[in-house]
Order: sequence, then structure tokens, then C-alpha cells
Amino acid sequence: MRLLTHNMLSSNIRGVVNGFPLGIEAEKVVEREVELSAEFLRGVFPKIEWGALVAGARALGHPDLLPGEADASMLASDDFLRRFHRALLQLHVEEGALVCPETGRRFPINKGIPNMLLHEDEV
Amino acid sequence: MKLKHLEGLLGDLQQFSNPKVELEQYPTGPHIASRMIYTAENSFDDISGKVVADFGCGCGTLGVASSLLGAEHVVGIDIDPQSLEIASQNAEDLEVGINFIWSDIKNLKLRGPLVDTVVMNPPFGTRKKGSDMEFLCMALKVASRAVYSLHKTTTREHIKRTALRDYGAKSAEVLCELRFDVPQLYKFHKKKEVDVAVDLWRFVP
Ligand SMILES: C[S@@+](CC[C@H](N)C(=O)[O-])C[C@H]1O[C@@H](n2cnc3c(N)ncnc32)[C@H](O)[C@@H]1O
Repeated sequence: MRLLTHNMLSSNIRGVVNGFPLGIEAEKVVEREVELSAEFLRGVFPKIEWGALVAGARALGHPDLLPGEADASMLASDDFLRRFHRALLQLHVEEGALVCPETGRRFPINKGIPNMLLHEDEV
Repeated sequence: MKLKHLEGLLGDLQQFSNPKVELEQYPTGPHIASRMIYTAENSFDDISGKVVADFGCGCGTLGVASSLLGAEHVVGIDIDPQSLEIASQNAEDLEVGINFIWSDIKNLKLRGPLVDTVVMNPPFGTRKKGSDMEFLCMALKVASRAVYSLHKTTTREHIKRTALRDYGAKSAEVLCELRFDVPQLYKFHKKKEVDVAVDLWRFVP
């Protein structure tokens, strides 16, 4: 699971108000190289919750990969694009869990697939 | 990539090994799947370089096709873990990177603006009435660019009206009518193959 997917997910348990961003417990992280598309990165940047991405990269063992704050002017820098690309698209959580920020409920990740199914009493 | 080539690649994908009746698990065949995604890409520019979500991805045909046609990121969502396992294997075999999420579409909250395009072959609602509409409602909430979906031709007017009036779609257009062979996966199907007329829709959210 890429951090781009993490950036879209939230805890949807009944009663939870702030289910975003989910915490990440990463037990196994892998990196897979993919081609960098500056055009894609520039288009997606304004839609990304930056704080969630930074926290995600930190949880995956890369605390210094991204700057704590970012604005669109940084997209002119190749170094920034490479870091953004790596965090968003190359790092994957293979095993671990996503954690609801409000209730602490864990959503396990196995073979890269998070189990977001809710129990009956959570719907 | 040429249409024929895409169809050929999809033809090699593994399909449901033990289809579950209640989830309406029949494969989106390579003929239909390739035309659907090929049209989305070549007529509307909705696939390459985009973030695509495949709702009820089953064995992943539509998501894999989107990846093959250049989607930057694909997320496949299904409620059934066995299907997701087959879908991951299919993605691996064709060397496309897809993210899968195990979830009930009804209970998943995906942050909208990140997903450009939703592609889906939802349950037709023959087992659980209204499940096709639940999928469509969610898809129109999540997609920011377009939704491609298959629905039974008999429901055409209902779909159009509901999408435009209740789900806030800006447009709802039938791109073509196709024959969908639902193979005799299930005992209650008397004939070998049940041939259903389905519409390929494009909705703009
Ligand atoms: C007609 S099949 C789609 C086949 C798929 N496009 C493929 O190529 O294999 C419908 C799929 O929707 C899934 N499904 C049914 N109800 C669901 C729900 N509530 N949430 C998520 N997936 C669901 C089924 O498990 C099944 O895989």
C-alpha cells in the first residue's frame, strides 16, 4: 500500500468525527521503483494532505524524506519532486496496521492489503 | 497499446475460482473490459496519468486494464478477500502495481478529490436489490472526473434519472449497449449462458 492510498483513507467507524489521517504501524516496508512523472506530481500536489504524507513517511522509517511544510513553489525543484515521488508512490507498507486516530481501532494490513471492513456494531 | 493487444492480455487473467452468488461474482470479460477502458482513455483521456479506483474489483480486470493503459495509480476495492488475492496475483503476473483495499463499498470513505476516475462493473442488483445504485452513488461522490459503469439496459431510464436528480451527476450518457454473457456459474441459472443486455455508461460527477 502506497502512501497515496493512505492519503485517501479514513476511519469510517460510526460516531468517529476525525478519522483522518489514520496512524500507520509499519512492520514491513518495501520500496518499488517507478518512473517519475513531474506532470502527475504537480497535478496531484494541491490535493494531498501534506501533514498526513509527512507522518506516513516518518512511520515508514523516513523521517527526513519530506519537509514539514510544503507549498507549490517547491515543485520547481527536482530534489523536492524526487522526494515527493518517493514518499507518495515508491514506499509501500506490506505488513502492519492502520490505526483510527480517534478510537485506536486497528485495521490490519496483510500482503499490502488493508482490511477496512467494519464490525456490525461499527456501521 | 492497441485494443486487440489489451483484450489479449486481459484474456489471460485468472478469474473467480469459487464465485459467490450473493456477491454477484461474474467476471467482466476481456471483450467488454478492454472496450470500456480503451474508450475511457482514447475518447475521453480519463485513464493515463490519472488516479483510478476500481469498485468491486473482483479479479481486477478493470483495474489491470487501467494500469496497462497508463493510469498513474490504481486502487481496487472489494468485499471478498479471495477475489482480492486473485486480483493481486493478476496484477503481479502483468507487472502492474495496484493497491487493493478490503472493504464494503458502502462503508468506505475515500477522500474525494484524489480519485479522478472510477471504473466498475457493480453487482447488477439481481441478488440484493439496489446494490447497483449504492455503487453508483458512492462512485459519483468519490470521482472528480468521470465514472464508467455497466448497468442492465432494462434499468436505463431509472439510472439516468437517479444519477442526474439524486446523485448530482452533471451528465449521464450511454456510450454503447453490449451483450454480457453471465456464464452458468450458479445453479439457479437454467441455461448454459444467460445473455444480458448491458449499457456502458459514462457519468460526469
Ligand atoms: C460483477 S463482479 C465484478 C467483476 C470484476 N470487474 C472483475 O473483473 O472480476 C462484482 C464484484 O463486486 C463485489 N462486491 C459485491 N458487493 C460488494 C460490496 N458491498 N462492496 C465491495 N464489493 C462488493 C463482488 O465481490 C464482485 O467481485
